[in-house]
Amino acid sequence: MSSKHKRKLTEFLFLFPTLFAFVMVIIIPFILGIFYSFTDWQGTGAYSQIVGLTNYKAIFSEPGFLHSFLVTLLFTVLNIITVNVVAFVISLLVTSEIRGRNVYRAGFFIPNLIGGIVLGLVWQFIFSNILPSLGKALGWDAISKSLIANKDTVMLTMVIVNTWQYAGYIMLIYVASIQGISKSVLEAAEVDGATYWTRVTRIQIPLMANAFTISLFLTLTNSFKMYDVNVALTNGGPVAMFMGKPVQASELLALNIYQTAFKYNNMAQGQAKAVIFFVVLTIFSIIQVSYNKSKEVEA
Amino acid sequence: MAKQAAAPIERMAGQKPHKGRQLALEFVTFLLFVLFMMPFIIVVFNSMRTNQDIINQPVGLPSGLGQFWTNITDIWNNPTFNFLTALRDSVIITVLSLAIISIFSSMAAWVLVRNKTKWSTIIFMSYVAAMVIPFQVVMFPLLTWFRTVGDFIGIPMLRSYQGIIFAYLGFGEAMSIFIFHGFIKGVPLELEEAADIDGCSRAGTFFRIVLPLLQPVFVTVLVLNGLWIWNDYLLPLLVLGSSGDIRTIPLAVQGFNGAYVKQWHLIMSSTLLAMLPIIILYLFAQKYIVQGMVDGSIK
Repeated sequence: MSSKHKRKLTEFLFLFPTLFAFVMVIIIPFILGIFYSFTDWQGTGAYSQIVGLTNYKAIFSEPGFLHSFLVTLLFTVLNIITVNVVAFVISLLVTSEIRGRNVYRAGFFIPNLIGGIVLGLVWQFIFSNILPSLGKALGWDAISKSLIANKDTVMLTMVIVNTWQYAGYIMLIYVASIQGISKSVLEAAEVDGATYWTRVTRIQIPLMANAFTISLFLTLTNSFKMYDVNVALTNGGPVAMFMGKPVQASELLALNIYQTAFKYNNMAQGQAKAVIFFVVLTIFSIIQVSYNKSKEVEA
Repeated sequence: MAKQAAAPIERMAGQKPHKGRQLALEFVTFLLFVLFMMPFIIVVFNSMRTNQDIINQPVGLPSGLGQFWTNITDIWNNPTFNFLTALRDSVIITVLSLAIISIFSSMAAWVLVRNKTKWSTIIFMSYVAAMVIPFQVVMFPLLTWFRTVGDFIGIPMLRSYQGIIFAYLGFGEAMSIFIFHGFIKGVPLELEEAADIDGCSRAGTFFRIVLPLLQPVFVTVLVLNGLWIWNDYLLPLLVLGSSGDIRTIPLAVQGFNGAYVKQWHLIMSSTLLAMLPIIILYLFAQKYIVQGMVDGSIK
């Protein structure tokens, strides 16, 4: 074998393991998934007929799915705001001259190390036992009943837990970005009499545009795909009324897709929901990234 | 010179009048930090109490180390939770998945960078495009497909180590190749050309010359994939099943939580055990974990 052929063979062998796994784990299931969403597939591999858009029509007239969709959008928007505001404030605190800032930086990240199932359980205990007990003792009516059991406040608990978990990660990105800003620029502004607020809003924030793009993108996809905290904290409950039908008040899309397939044994409709989920997530991501990129150019 | 001159001015103008503000900042940060750590404190305190005690008085101080030891031995020996086997399975799955993801992805990325053909561009762009595909849209067909493949080749792909590790390779490789690709582009070609002239084979060039240079980016790939795989719940739930022989720690925690009427003292102890391995690792490898998370997000 000539050395050129040997070289080609080596390169092929280097590419093969990842290509093989890519085709087997992503490409084939992805194509099958799109196809199954147009059939009456029952999950066993066989399907008896192609049903066209029937699954899609069914899910768009299903209050449970539409409610999940709206709740997921609400959760995503609230979460993007709270995570980034909290993370940005913490990043300013831990890059200031305070003592122990390195310990704080490391500490605020800890919730992000722990999985959503474990965190969800811990917070379920806090919301359903600790807070009501505190509320009764202190006479605070707002928290004297479980916030998880109330359909009007249950999404608030999801936002609180996710902010607590995710803000430490986003904080690290902001901290890295703040540290990349030249000290002399900020010092010059201070000498010129710029207040702290002016320095943050006029110098730091514009210079951090790239970090905001990354953080907003990460928070968007993380919130939209949220599953494990949802399962462990609320499992979708309690019941609420929507379009005259009972629905699950805190069931986010990822959980709704799973339940459609396994709780209600409707794999084909679950798959159709997953395809919609994919399309929406892709559109959001493209809009968000291109919008922020255009902002970055201006800055 | 200018810098030296600026420093004392900054110190005079900046620090002295702000002593009060700094104390206030330190106080606010400390309060925020205690608030962030509260769930962990609650877990530790309630792992030291009896269930009766927790139900009667959810907010309360720990009973002491004796009760802590009783709870920990109870949960350690609990056959439903089975912590040691869950720990073993989580370690096996995470370590082996990380090994094959990082080695195979770096090999593929190197060939894709160094081999400038139309095909390498197409393959690379497919990996980049695939990063937007959410797990939800491939998860149901993946199960059917893995069952079919397993039956065909006679090696089970569901409820097996090889199946889930192969799936993690498929889901983790796109981002890993992307990160390696970005780094390898910046590695000078001269070293490899020298090795080529000295008669080193292509594979030898990669493993002896290139691979050692990739060390910093290995940290990023290992941390990003490691945290995700260690804490992942949905893929193990689907591929391994909630009642299979192989169970990761998140599956064990959720399984134990659903098995009984809420025994909060044991649930808190189980979450404590589940958190410990990753927190201990963080204490030792904090610098690398933080660096890996930041580098991974910025790339």
